[in-house]
Amino acid sequence: MHEMSLCEGVLRVIEEQAAVQNYHKVKTVWLEVGALAGVEVDALRFGFDVVMKGSIATDATLEIIELEGQAWCPQCMKNVMIRQRFEACPECSNYHLQVNGGEELRIKELEVE
Amino acid sequence: MCIDCGCGTDEVSIDGRSYHSGHHAHAPHISNSRMVRIETDILAKNNEYAARNRDFFAERGILALNLVSSPGSGKTSLLTRTITDLNSSQAISVIEGDQQTTNDAERIRATGVAAVQINTGKGCHLDGHMVGHALEKLAPETNSLLFIENVGNLVCPAEFDLGEAHKVVILSVTEGEDKPIKYPDMFHAADVMLLNKVDLLPYLDFDVDKCIAYAKRVNPDIDVIQLSATKGDGLADWYAWLEERRVHPECGYKRTAHHVPSESINGAYNAPYGEEV
Repeated sequence: MHEMSLCEGVLRVIEEQAAVQNYHKVKTVWLEVGALAGVEVDALRFGFDVVMKGSIATDATLEIIELEGQAWCPQCMKNVMIRQRFEACPECSNYHLQVNGGEELRIKELEVE
Repeated sequence: MCIDCGCGTDEVSIDGRSYHSGHHAHAPHISNSRMVRIETDILAKNNEYAARNRDFFAERGILALNLVSSPGSGKTSLLTRTITDLNSSQAISVIEGDQQTTNDAERIRATGVAAVQINTGKGCHLDGHMVGHALEKLAPETNSLLFIENVGNLVCPAEFDLGEAHKVVILSVTEGEDKPIKYPDMFHAADVMLLNKVDLLPYLDFDVDKCIAYAKRVNPDIDVIQLSATKGDGLADWYAWLEERRVHPECGYKRTAHHVPSESINGAYNAPYGEEV
């Protein structure tokens, strides 16, 4: 359940940015979550509602932009899509892939008042 | 109160005492809905704390290792055995992470080395901030070895950098051999896998080769050491691995992805958050 801690991290950033960017209410939060980020999206949604309660983001809508896992296959000399870290290259079955996308865990933007 | 970091989690305590009170930012009221770009990593704050810890370790030649595993893999037994065997030739200290109780820190202190217990309350992992505060209390010696025993959990601790040189994952042969692919993030994040309790292999169906193949599939560069903390098999290999890293601890700190340089720490002994110890 580290998704709860991640939501606390989101709230911390939202509260810090409130002073900098002059807003007092957050209506929507867009998060980018990579397929290899080790995050369970359902747990993140659950944690989000609980953690935001009583803050400037109470009842804010959570929009999750899911990003695909991507890795460089040195054998095929190109990027391939993967869903898990232990997957082989879908084209040549090589396991020695270098992950280069899908580990994102970012707050992209906010709709605020 | 923690004036430098200022955040507030109420559940966490170090050696039974809370380390801060909370506060929140309040913004002036302005109406009209608009979009604000943020583009911030959710773990950025943790990574900043971890970077400060990492600078602290690097400047003092401290080799910090983050020990991660499932509950019951024999982490604490391996740690007490390691301390007993190496303590005469090497300064060692320990940060213990558990949700509740100070039992593990007491087991460590019984070996004669300094240990600080972090109780995470409901938290399922240690983070960079908790470890920074623990370091203020622990004040590890220069050129020493610091073991950070994380909360027993193969999921969440993978995501939280503590500033360590290496993550060490411990898997016992009484668990499933497919754990490296069941919990790929952790085995991907670790630099070495210690396969513990190998003295029990004759009584189990555990397939060592398959387990190692799974670990290498997730992380082709992972080192594997087979050992038994209670019977002593393989411990020499583990100590040799430690010695190699202890001589050049900076190698472990240089290649960590999250490293963000922080301001240099002045003074004879300042803890990561600048408070004098």
